[in-house]
Amino acid sequence: MKTLDLATTSLREINQALHDQAKECTEREWKITGAKGDHNIACGLDAALSVDIEGHAGYYCAGMNKKAHVVIHGNAGQGVAENMMSGTVRVKGQASQSAGATAHGGLLVIEGDAGARCGISMKGVEIVVGGSVGHMSCFMGQAGALVVCGDAGDALGDSLYETKIFVKGSVSSLGADCIEKEMRQEHLDYLADLLNRAGIDEDPASFKRYGSARQLYNFKVDNVSAY
Amino acid sequence: MSEKDPYTQTGLRESATFDKNTMAEIRRAAETGIYDIRGFGAKRKVPHFDDLLFLGASMSRYPLEGYREKCNTQVTLGTRFAKKPIVIETPVTIAGMSFGALSANAKEALGRGASEVGTSTTTGDGGMTPEERGQSTKLVYQYLPSRYGMNPDDLRKADAIEVVLGQGAKPGGGGMLLGQKITDRVAKMRTLPMGVDQRSACRHPDWTGPDDLAIKIQELREITDWQVPIYIKVGATRTYYDVKLAVKAGADVIVVDGMQGGTAATQEVFIEHVGIPTMAAIPQAVQALQEMGMHRKVQLIVSGGIRNGADVAKCMALGADAVAIGTAALIALGDNHPQWEDEYKKLGSGAGFYDDYQEGKDPAGISTQDPELSKRLDPVKAGHRLANYLRVLTMEAQTLARACGKNDLRNLEPEDLVALNVEAAAMARVPLAGTSWIPGQNGGY
Repeated sequence: MKTLDLATTSLREINQALHDQAKECTEREWKITGAKGDHNIACGLDAALSVDIEGHAGYYCAGMNKKAHVVIHGNAGQGVAENMMSGTVRVKGQASQSAGATAHGGLLVIEGDAGARCGISMKGVEIVVGGSVGHMSCFMGQAGALVVCGDAGDALGDSLYETKIFVKGSVSSLGADCIEKEMRQEHLDYLADLLNRAGIDEDPASFKRYGSARQLYNFKVDNVSAY
Repeated sequence: MSEKDPYTQTGLRESATFDKNTMAEIRRAAETGIYDIRGFGAKRKVPHFDDLLFLGASMSRYPLEGYREKCNTQVTLGTRFAKKPIVIETPVTIAGMSFGALSANAKEALGRGASEVGTSTTTGDGGMTPEERGQSTKLVYQYLPSRYGMNPDDLRKADAIEVVLGQGAKPGGGGMLLGQKITDRVAKMRTLPMGVDQRSACRHPDWTGPDDLAIKIQELREITDWQVPIYIKVGATRTYYDVKLAVKAGADVIVVDGMQGGTAATQEVFIEHVGIPTMAAIPQAVQALQEMGMHRKVQLIVSGGIRNGADVAKCMALGADAVAIGTAALIALGDNHPQWEDEYKKLGSGAGFYDDYQEGKDPAGISTQDPELSKRLDPVKAGHRLANYLRVLTMEAQTLARACGKNDLRNLEPEDLVALNVEAAAMARVPLAGTSWIPGQNGGY
C-alpha cells in the first residue's frame, strides 16, 4: 500500500499519481491521509484501485470514478461520486447534498445520512443510504436504484423517469409523477442482492417501492398544474 | 367591398398592438391550451450590428493594402490555466448544438466545415458522437445541467470543456427535445425512454453558485490533468456581473450568447422576451474583464445573430477575441433553403420562415432524426459549404480591419466604430455617427 498525506503533498500530485495508474498500474492499494475537507480528492480515477481516504472529504470526492473502490473514512461534502461510471464509493459517515448526482453506474454506499438531492438526475448508479435522505432526492432520476434505510424528505422522486426507489422509513412527500408501486418478488430479490452488495443488514420486506407514474413523459394540457 | 384587397384598401387599419401575428397566436393559444414551442432565435427586430459602422482610414489613419499586407486572424483560446490552449485559424467558431436536435449528418458536416478552415466546433446537450469527434480537429465538449452522455472518457478526448450556464435564446431555461426526436440512438445516449418529451434541467445538479462553480471547475481540471481550457457560457442578461463571477470562478474563456442566439426548441415567449441583444452584452463583458485586468487574458467569445464578416469585425472591435455561429452555420449547411419550398409549405411554413425544429420533420435533413430526411444532407458537401461560408466571414472581417489600418482582427477597437442611432450608441458605447456623443457618458457635442 502506498500512502500519500494531504498535509505534505498537493492535491494535484495525489490525483496525478492516481491517474497515472490508468496507464500502468504499479500499486493497487492507496491510502490518503490528512483529509480535512479538501475538495476533489481522487476524482477521475480510471483503474481498479483501492483507495482509502482518512478524514473528511470536501466537494466531488471520487467524482466521475471508473473501476476504483474508494472508501471515505469520514464525512463527504457535496457531490460525492458525482457522475460515477463504475466501481464503488463508500462513505463511512454522512454525505452532503447531491450525492451520486448524474452517476451512470457503480455502487455508492453512504452509511450515515445524505443531504438534499441525493441521486439527482442519476443515470444508472445504485445508491444505498444507511440513514435518511433530504428533500428532492432522486429529482429527475433516469435509471438505477436509490435505497433509503431511514426516511426521505419532501418531494422524493420529483419528475422521475425510470429510477427505482426503495424507502424503509417515512416519506415526507412524493414529488410530481412519483407514486408508490407494488413490491413484487423480483423487486424483493433485487433489493436483497443490492443490500447484500452494500453490506447493509436490512430486511427487504420492510421497504416500500416508489417509481414513476409516467404521466409527465409527454406534454399534456391536462397536466399543466404539474409542470 | 369583398373584391378589394383588404390589406391595401384605404380605411382598413391594422392594429400595431394586435397585429396579425399577435391575433394568430391568441387563436392558437385558445385552441391548444399550451404555449408555442419552436426553434430558431428571436425574430423581433432589436438593436444589432447593422446599427454600427466602421470609420475607415483616410488622412488621420493609415489603411493596409488589401491582399498584400497581412491581417492576422489566428486566435489562441485558453491561455490562462490550460496546458494545451486551442489555436484557431479564424476567430469564427461553431456554437454548441446537440446530436438529437440535429441529425448525425448535420453534426458531421459542422465538424468537417470547421476543421477545413481550422476552427473549433462544439457538442451539445446529449453527449459526444464518434462521428463528431472523428470529423472535428478541435472539439469543445459542453458540460450541461442534464449531463446527458457525460463521461470522463469523452471529457479527456475534448480539446476544451464548456460549462454551460445558459444560452441567449433562453437564459434561465433548460433544454427541450420533444419525443418526435428521441429515437433509439438519442434515447440511449441520454439514458431516457424512447419518445419521451425531454426537459433538461435549467440548473446544474451539484453546484449552486459561483463559489461552488470554482470547485467544480477545479474538479474538471483535475480529471483532465489541467490539459484543456475550460469555458463558461452564459446567456446575455446581467453580463457585467456574470463575467466577473465567471473570471473569479476560474474560467479560461467566457462565452456570452446574446438574445438573437438560436435554439432547437423552447417556448416562443422565452426566445422573444428574455435576455439582451448581443451588441449590448459585449461592452458589459469587456468592461468586467478590463476592470479585473483580465481582458485578453481570459478570452471572450461572443455569439447571437452573427451573419457576416461585418458582424464578426464589429464584435472584435468591441473587444471580443472570437465569435461563435449557430443559426448562420445551419443556413450555410442548407437550412431554410428555397429548394425545399414545396415541402416547407406542406408543413405550414416556407423557406425562410421554417422554425419548427422541435418537430423533427426538417425537409433539409438538418434538425431531424428521421433517417430518410437525414439522408438528404450530404455531410461532405454541406461541410464544404460551411467552410466556404467561414472563409467569406473571415475575408470580410479582414477587409474591414485592413480598411481601419489593423494588421490583426483583434487590433480593431471601439474607436473604429460609430453608431447610426441613439440606442446602438448607448448599447455599444460608441459615438453617434458624426458626433462624439456616447449616451450615458459625459461630454460630447
